[in-house]
Amino acid sequence: MNSKWRTIVFFIAAAGFSCLYFLGVKNLPPWGHYRGPYGDLISAVGVYERHATDAVNAIDYDYRGFDTLGEEFILFTSVLGVMLLLREMKRPPKTSPPDKGLSDAVKASAGAGFAALVIFGIYMTTHGQLTPGGGFQGGVIVASASMLVYIAENFPVYKQITSHPLVEILESLGAGFYVIIGLVPLVLATPFLTNWMPLGKTGNVFSSGTIAAISASVGLEVAAGFLLLGYTYLEEIISDTGEESRE
Amino acid sequence: MMWFQISLLALIAISALGVVQTRSVTSQVLALSFYGLLLAVMFFVFQAPDVALSQITVGAVALPLMVMLAQANMKHRGRRRDEKKKT
Repeated sequence: MNSKWRTIVFFIAAAGFSCLYFLGVKNLPPWGHYRGPYGDLISAVGVYERHATDAVNAIDYDYRGFDTLGEEFILFTSVLGVMLLLREMKRPPKTSPPDKGLSDAVKASAGAGFAALVIFGIYMTTHGQLTPGGGFQGGVIVASASMLVYIAENFPVYKQITSHPLVEILESLGAGFYVIIGLVPLVLATPFLTNWMPLGKTGNVFSSGTIAAISASVGLEVAAGFLLLGYTYLEEIISDTGEESRE
Repeated sequence: MMWFQISLLALIAISALGVVQTRSVTSQVLALSFYGLLLAVMFFVFQAPDVALSQITVGAVALPLMVMLAQANMKHRGRRRDEKKKT
């Protein structure tokens, strides 16, 4: 197929897609005119029922908490899959790559950025029920801070900090706490994932019951999961002997 | 206000075209990251701050990082294969 025919086929396909797109978008309500009942219902009732001022987190970790449990385990299994595919084969002790010799200024500013990112990530995780944010976003922010360590220092230092077994345990704990928090109501003869913790005062950090607790456990799971992902990928790239053992 | 949103959407369309048109993979990852950042701004402007935060973390940080790491991995393997052929 030459490039002229390819262009013609593209324009036919583009015309078809734009027709479908136009048909799909035509009957959407205009911006700011919400028509469904659920959003209005939850924003009216959420603060009184759950003491959580951020409706999105109240929905995510409480009203449809079961779906979020599934989503969390999607992440858990994909991290598991990456680690299984890129697992360490038998390899001789590798020589550490030479220190890149970055200046002290870079190292110091990376350290400051690391501290700021970790604190901001923890803030985001613990304040999900009050302001936009939550466990997922906070966890990724904490994990991305570790990349600064890799940039400023060399790989062995990065490896020490993301010391393998501990991060794995933390990830499993994060995923497990969610299920445990959800299972407790079954003992009290109420449905799975009922908000059984004291709701506290609206606007406090320790409020909204299980929403804050689940957000924290998701934050732990996501942070450890992304640390493992970054570590596994970098290990694969940096180790010089990974390929030979597989071929 | 409406003009701001329309121009933002137009900018997103242009930068999406830019991502597709970029040929070098490294530049493409950077363009993709910029595109993700623009999408986050769009979510924020259309009053979805939670989605904007998720978009920043996934679209502008995690996805480009993964693509960069995968690309570095492939380059590394290719170089090693070349060395093996020579010896």
